[in-house]
Amino acid sequence: MATTLRFSLPGLTTSLGLLFMAGAAALLLAAPVRRPAAPTFPLPQTAIVPAVTMLHRLDGEYSRAGRPVDPPRVAINIREPLEIMRYQVSAADYARCVAEGACRRLDKPAPRGDLPVTGVSHSDAADYAAWLSRETGAAWRLPTDREWAHAAGSRLIDDARGLDADAYNPARRWLADYEREANRKAASDPAPRRVGSFGANEHGVYDIAGNVWEWTQTCLRRVAQDAAGRTTSESSNCGIYIVEGQHRAPMTFFIRNPKAGGCSVATPPDNLGFRLVRERSWRDRLPANFSRLLPA
Amino acid sequence: MGEELKLTRRSILAGAAAAGAFVQAASAPAQAQAVMSKATAADVAKLPRIKAKLVDPPFVQAHEQIATGGPKVVEFEMTIREKKIVLDDAGTETFAFTFNGTVPGPLMVVHEGDYVELTLINAETNELLHNIDFHSSTGALGGGALTEVNPGERVVLRWKATRPGVFVYHCAPPGMVPWHVTSGMNGAIMVLPRDGLKDGQGKALKYDKVYYVGEQDFYVPRDENGNFKRYASPGEAHEDVLKAMRTLTPTHVVFNGKVGGLTGKNAMTTKVGETVLIVHSQANRDTRPHLIGGHGDYVWATGKFRNPPERDLETWFIPGGCAGAALYTFLQPGIYAYVNHNLIEAFELGAAGHFKVEGEWNDDLMKQVRGAAGI
Repeated sequence: MATTLRFSLPGLTTSLGLLFMAGAAALLLAAPVRRPAAPTFPLPQTAIVPAVTMLHRLDGEYSRAGRPVDPPRVAINIREPLEIMRYQVSAADYARCVAEGACRRLDKPAPRGDLPVTGVSHSDAADYAAWLSRETGAAWRLPTDREWAHAAGSRLIDDARGLDADAYNPARRWLADYEREANRKAASDPAPRRVGSFGANEHGVYDIAGNVWEWTQTCLRRVAQDAAGRTTSESSNCGIYIVEGQHRAPMTFFIRNPKAGGCSVATPPDNLGFRLVRERSWRDRLPANFSRLLPA
Repeated sequence: MGEELKLTRRSILAGAAAAGAFVQAASAPAQAQAVMSKATAADVAKLPRIKAKLVDPPFVQAHEQIATGGPKVVEFEMTIREKKIVLDDAGTETFAFTFNGTVPGPLMVVHEGDYVELTLINAETNELLHNIDFHSSTGALGGGALTEVNPGERVVLRWKATRPGVFVYHCAPPGMVPWHVTSGMNGAIMVLPRDGLKDGQGKALKYDKVYYVGEQDFYVPRDENGNFKRYASPGEAHEDVLKAMRTLTPTHVVFNGKVGGLTGKNAMTTKVGETVLIVHSQANRDTRPHLIGGHGDYVWATGKFRNPPERDLETWFIPGGCAGAALYTFLQPGIYAYVNHNLIEAFELGAAGHFKVEGEWNDDLMKQVRGAAGI
């Protein structure tokens, strides 16, 4: 095939350029058309969380000179606003995806549609995001751990354990974790409540750190540092993702209902659910006066 | 053995000067003989009486490990309560039949040679006839035939504790035994040797703490969608529960009444250096206790203290209808899971508890030489 094409270089660039221009124009015109004329699925309500510089406890398992320590808390500059669902995806929303054959059936669907969907794995959440993107013509995906923390705002719970790298008694950390999680469990009722029940934060995002933990797309990282705090190795396990809520927990991607498992004696999240962020498209990045000129 | 039994009291005392092992061998049957000798009602009437104060498991009534004084009549009172209980975080309900309001019933403690005098009350609010069968007692179906009580009645039974060990007790009403037992109606009694626990070679064994773990299999019926059913009364549930029981596949296997009955806020606590006696009963089904990260220093798997304990066990087997006892001195701090080492039963059905252990880490016993990091 390649041998039969004998374009000169200038000719090739010209044609490619033309092709791109045509493609761009087509996209521009096609974009509004691709959105369903009468959307069968209502666009999820979203909140815009403004750009911010925030102090953030990094995700991951950190060790210093071979001993476990809390991850560092660092200033992070988030330059762009974040568009995220106001509410966790509801059982009714998820049921539509199941009805259309795009999401897997749940083991125990919620008895009411206005409850947040729970008993979902990372894979289920990813399937839903792909389906919703097709339905709405917008790009939806799970938030990163950092984005989740950004959206959580003042509701974010810093679950640092106050680990002292100098005192070598690994049991202190185990006991501290256990105590914290036991207290949390004793204080909370695990039965999911109607979406919105846990109230909104300052950004109008509801139910942050209620009793449904949320999947993120951040893989579990393990970071080894030397005594001076320089990173000596970092590895990442994308079979395990961070779930966020009242505490951060690493969770295997296919788990739908977390349990205290194996020799681990931790208290697991009450429920697993999710909410999605809407990827900003190139249109959102244009200056406002220019984007007004584009077809709606 | 026959020769030993011919020894007089005086010759045993004389023998005390001889090898310790000999004294141990000779005194055990001599004491058994004394316990088995028949006392008249008048003799029993002269014995001192004490009232035992039962507490909810996993805790155990205050007691002496070595008895002071001679045999006593120990008075117990238990009220039977039929109640709805929640088995797990999902809110699965079942009707439990309970001795004293808890699943399992309380661990009773007496010494060998004592008389157990139990007042058994069937609360007026109950619907069913109940009774009690003590595996440690002798005659009348373990007392079952002499303790049938209807709602609103009380009955008093006295029996002599002749065999040292931990033993199951359970309800055994005519025609409904397994239903009552698998509805939580069982507990255990510990009959301690008068001179306390021994290692089988004459060395005394003591504990700083004792915990009572009662393991229970439940059979909750499901509806056509696989969801657990709820019922308005035990009677209404009876048929369906029997069908579920006949599958021999429990829906829940739990410690102390529910999934998480001994975890989180309910976890058992101890310290490095403390010796803990764990009494474990299962009135219906086999179990195999295991302490993750620890051991059984001295274990009476079938729970009878005249047998020498096994040493250094990893997992021990307690047959259904039996109680066992394990003694362990904790050597490392941290969280220990105490499980039925059928791990499906432990982690899927609920048969797991936790110990929270404070203290200093022992690097010699274990150390992470190199933390997990990239290869």
